[in-house]
Amino acid sequence: MPTTSLSHTETPLLAGILALADDALILGHRLSEWCGHAPMLEEDIALANIALDCVGQARSFYAYAAEVAGGGLTEDDFAYRREVGQYRNCLLVEQPNGDFAGTIVRQVLISAFVDPYYRALTASRDATLAAIAAKAEKETAYHLRHSGEWLIRLGDGTDESHARARAALDELWPYTGELFEVDPAEGALIEAGTLPDPRALRAEFDATLDHILGEATLTRPAGTWMQGGGRAGRHSEHLGFILADLQYLQRAHPGATW
Amino acid sequence: MTPADADLARRAHTAAATVCDPEIPVLTIADLGVLRDVTVEDGRVEVAITPTYSGCPAMDVIGIEVQTALAEAGIPDARVRLVLSPAWTTDWMTEAGKRKLAAYGIAPPARKASRRALFGEEQVTCPHCGSAATEKVSEFGSTACKALWRCTACREPFDSFKCI
Repeated sequence: MPTTSLSHTETPLLAGILALADDALILGHRLSEWCGHAPMLEEDIALANIALDCVGQARSFYAYAAEVAGGGLTEDDFAYRREVGQYRNCLLVEQPNGDFAGTIVRQVLISAFVDPYYRALTASRDATLAAIAAKAEKETAYHLRHSGEWLIRLGDGTDESHARARAALDELWPYTGELFEVDPAEGALIEAGTLPDPRALRAEFDATLDHILGEATLTRPAGTWMQGGGRAGRHSEHLGFILADLQYLQRAHPGATW
Repeated sequence: MTPADADLARRAHTAAATVCDPEIPVLTIADLGVLRDVTVEDGRVEVAITPTYSGCPAMDVIGIEVQTALAEAGIPDARVRLVLSPAWTTDWMTEAGKRKLAAYGIAPPARKASRRALFGEEQVTCPHCGSAATEKVSEFGSTACKALWRCTACREPFDSFKCI
């Protein structure tokens, strides 16, 4: 594996696949940071398992990205040799874990979107994307159920857990708008039936969230101002630190294997 | 397919079907439904396997063990291909596999996989004493494909295969 950062031609299809892959990888990496630190053993195992599902989904997408890109690239090239500005994940998944409530709120928000998104992706005209989604959607449904049940317990729990869940929801809410944004290149893929239209999933996202938040005695924040830019490579400061950790070995010892 | 190729495919399938899941060694990959297909093209064997979960860390080991089993059966240069479609569900597990699981102390998937089975009321029979008086301890267990339960009759904890 060469030492340099990857420079490749990014077709709309490749960009679309990488957005899916990067979302899964960065979320999986964030969740894996809990390993050995979760509030209880069962939850430590749960978060590590969810992280494993996410990294597995990311590998499937990266492997397909490598196939589409050609030129002998591998899934590892995309994970380990791209700079911060080349990552296309949404800002939500790179946000720090915070306390346990923060991680659970982030997981509910992303799962409430990804679950219907993957299900819609199973109908893609792209057979590989449809196959990856058919595998992943069952896993994501399980993640949504798990994090949703936790949010209900935290929101409808003690004053302390309610306050923490409330604060996390306020903090992370501005990152949800980006999930439903579509740029022109993605628009063409939606038109072609390759990717689902996220805007069409808004109602289901809202309904899922309102159901969970209702049981949790929480409400959707009223704020309408939204963050954006992750899909175009404009990230928060956090992603650089994640990549420094995630890519260190391949950057310091290019091509290392074990 | 020539008769020679058909014979080769049969021998390769028999060898591949003996490989056990490294994390649930009581099950072969044929019992699990992870072994999908064995084909022969131009005298070269290709074995198709499918993951139970996207991130199943056992897939690489299973691939290597399939190649080893085939090499021991005199088929040295087999290729292993990962297939995703159709997606694996617990319905791919054989009835023999489910019986082996229960005998091993893991509750097998109780019914057909579906969103309803995933989200509905779960009923799991204790693989140790057969009691239906069981409760879920954790939705996630020692591997991606299992949840942790306990029996309130015999008080033993046990793994249960997720109905996914």
